[in-house]
Amino acid sequence: MAINTDMAGGHAGSGSGGVLALLNDTRYRGIIAQIALIIALVALGWWLVHNTIENLRSANIASGFDFLDRRSGFEISQLPIIFSSESSYGRALLIGILNTLIVSAAGVVLATILGFLVGIGRLSTNYIIRGLSTVYVETFRNIPPLLVIMFWYFGVLAVLPRPAGAIALPFGSFLSNRGLQTPTALFQTGAWATGVALLAGIGAAVLLAWYARKRQLATGQRMKVLWPSVGLIVGLPVVVFILTGLPVEFEYPTATRFNLQGGFQIKPEFLALFLALSVYTGSFIAEIVRAGILSVSHGQTEAASAVGLRRGQILRHVVVPQAFRVIIPPLTSQYLNLTKNSSLGLAVGYPDLVAVGSTVLNQTGQSVEVVAIWMVVYLTISLTVSTFMNWFNRRVKLVER
Amino acid sequence: MEEQVSGYVADQQIPSRPAPASDRGIVHAVQKNLFATPVDSVLSIVFGAFAIWLAWSILSWAVFDATFVGGDRASCLTPEGGESEGACWAFVGAKFSQFMYGSYPIDLRWRPNLVGIVFVLLVAGFAIPKVPFKALNGWLLFAVFPVFALVLLTGAGFDVSGGFTAFLMLMAATAAYLLYGDDAGGLAAWPGRVAAIALIACFAGIVMSSLDTGTIRFAGITFTVWSLLACLSAILSVGAIALGMAQRAGVQIWRPVLPVIVATIVAVLLAEDYGLRPVSTNLWGGLMLTLIVAVTGIAASLPLGVLLALGRQSDMPAIRTVCVIFIEFWRGVPLITVLFMAAFMLPLLMPSGVTFNQLLRALVGVALFSAAYMAEVIRGGLQAIPRGQYEGAQSLGLSYWQSMRMIILPQALKLVIPGIVNTFIGLFKDTSLVYIIGLADLLGTVRRGFSDPNWITPSTAATGLVFAGFVFWLFCFGMSRYSLFVERRLDTGHKR
Repeated sequence: MAINTDMAGGHAGSGSGGVLALLNDTRYRGIIAQIALIIALVALGWWLVHNTIENLRSANIASGFDFLDRRSGFEISQLPIIFSSESSYGRALLIGILNTLIVSAAGVVLATILGFLVGIGRLSTNYIIRGLSTVYVETFRNIPPLLVIMFWYFGVLAVLPRPAGAIALPFGSFLSNRGLQTPTALFQTGAWATGVALLAGIGAAVLLAWYARKRQLATGQRMKVLWPSVGLIVGLPVVVFILTGLPVEFEYPTATRFNLQGGFQIKPEFLALFLALSVYTGSFIAEIVRAGILSVSHGQTEAASAVGLRRGQILRHVVVPQAFRVIIPPLTSQYLNLTKNSSLGLAVGYPDLVAVGSTVLNQTGQSVEVVAIWMVVYLTISLTVSTFMNWFNRRVKLVER
Repeated sequence: MEEQVSGYVADQQIPSRPAPASDRGIVHAVQKNLFATPVDSVLSIVFGAFAIWLAWSILSWAVFDATFVGGDRASCLTPEGGESEGACWAFVGAKFSQFMYGSYPIDLRWRPNLVGIVFVLLVAGFAIPKVPFKALNGWLLFAVFPVFALVLLTGAGFDVSGGFTAFLMLMAATAAYLLYGDDAGGLAAWPGRVAAIALIACFAGIVMSSLDTGTIRFAGITFTVWSLLACLSAILSVGAIALGMAQRAGVQIWRPVLPVIVATIVAVLLAEDYGLRPVSTNLWGGLMLTLIVAVTGIAASLPLGVLLALGRQSDMPAIRTVCVIFIEFWRGVPLITVLFMAAFMLPLLMPSGVTFNQLLRALVGVALFSAAYMAEVIRGGLQAIPRGQYEGAQSLGLSYWQSMRMIILPQALKLVIPGIVNTFIGLFKDTSLVYIIGLADLLGTVRRGFSDPNWITPSTAATGLVFAGFVFWLFCFGMSRYSLFVERRLDTGHKR
């Protein structure tokens, strides 16, 4: 105790006792503040849980996750796996998770392509390309994604002609207010050989790249890798495909009086959500890409052209690797935003996790459990994506001394 | 002496000559910017054709084929009963007041109008650098305006409880203690100790006020004995701080007292009956509601965000962990699940009998959600302040809260104004989600509008959504320009 009083410094010496002396010592004050915070949080938590239990009891709502095994009794329009109204709530939620992942993955791909093209376009010296890119970015960045989703769904897709008068697109596809109907490929026996050839081609290309790199490090000579790789990955499967006698048959959709028969149907809900998310997120990615490229200092480009690299080489070897370091962290958060925004599919009836969950919530009244499932799933997705992107970020990071 | 070598030295600058004829004029500019290489030429032609097609389609949809006047859907359909290809602006015209105010009573719409005008004036005064009286303007905008808006929009005459009043005063007194407690000597001097003990007493009084011990009516507010004691303790606390400050430096002793006075006035004003007709919040809607949710969300999230950002930077592991978990949790989940949580779980979490109206629930959700984002923006500002500033503040003998108040936060917050504006743009766009939990914001009223059987035509939905999109775009684009302007004004770095 004596030591503590000494540590407490001059002010507390006026015989005010041990407690005040402790409070005046910044270290102990810190510990006391933390203990107080923890006690307050535990008390708050206890109070909230207590209230919830009381409320649930008085409203006669069951708690716990037993409802996941019960019969759901509703239908879902978009099914990656088998489901019927006889299936359980748990399976319904699983379909919701899968649908969220499907639309997010598709959206990420298109948004990235769109974003990179437009981001480079905004730096083009060409008036028209730069102008169009700027208009695109400034328009979609400043409009709520929900509005864009609703625009595609209610404003564009819903007013397309009925299936009987569907708009014919190339490759035997049809666009109508029931969505996009594309042909399906039906693989026949022997098609597996093509798949194997594709895998083998990819494997060989990876080996080739590894060997070329090793040789360059050892001898300084560069090998042509691009065209042999394309040949291995594309050419080999094509050759095998032809040799095995074209083992595939396409089923084309045909228009009947009221509907389109056959083929694969992409629902308008998915299309609206997918297009809106890609277009919206693409505009943000474009800005990130532009900022990344601009962040590479002018001296780098000048130095590169001074050592005699051509325009394409400067871009490939000097600008892009450095721009990537700046681009990746914000790009990650855009991917995560896209995934989180996919929950807006609820507004147009795309059965993602939130839409299915809200149906379950309305039927069972078990809001606590459903909200908990939502939170856990989204947090898991967030953590997984950011772990992966952090790993990728470390790979491309500047190695400093 | 050096001999003059050259016979001629120009005594004035030779005027620069114009660029060669081949490098001048529109022809050259077009050649350089559109047809530099064959690939460029092809791209220019293809995208030029696309741009013309796009502009023409938009123009013919929005103007040439559009219907501007009409009373119902018939006017947007062609006479033969066919479907008109253009926009149906008549629909927007007919529903315009709904898109702006929702179902707010028509004869009372001067109230939101007045609030809107005052808001625009105050924000303009605050945002334009040249306008004088920034401090007064700030007080009006952040302390007076919210009460004014709340009173005018709802009609006031609330049944304010003593517990609520005491809670407001506790918040104000806690803020005063954290910010100014050390100016009064902190726990080392008796005024600081009295202030701290009074704060704890105030908190205890609020906890005890749920016990029923008879009521006292004062200034339109119903107090219980305990809540009255809590209010008095809060006053005692700030009084002690002011006294301590007077004993020591004796400057600006009104500062710690001000928050509690504001809190008291707020409670009294809310309880006052002005003879205004009350308007229930479920009648609010349209752009008005969108703005209310966005502005309240940002205003509530700023102080919370500052606290969270400070907590995340703290040396104390428990506080840091709590803040990190809080921030990462809200940032990891979509806003829509947060709104569902607010709508369905908040009533469960409160003691039975306590009810929130739907708007308030949404506001709580939005505020917590945006506080997490705001915290990260502010943390960026805190990290950008050089270490020397922190150390300098310490070497002057300032306490943690003093150095934050006087040295760090003013610099950090100024640095992140663009970030705050960007967060606000994000929040403004996100408010459109409240439509999903049943509030009629701008997007919600448009959505309801185009389901109206009187107006169902193929182009109604697109027209309504384009209109709403344009309104959102105007606000967001304006704010992003402002953020760019601030960024340039504050930017002192050297750019190439």
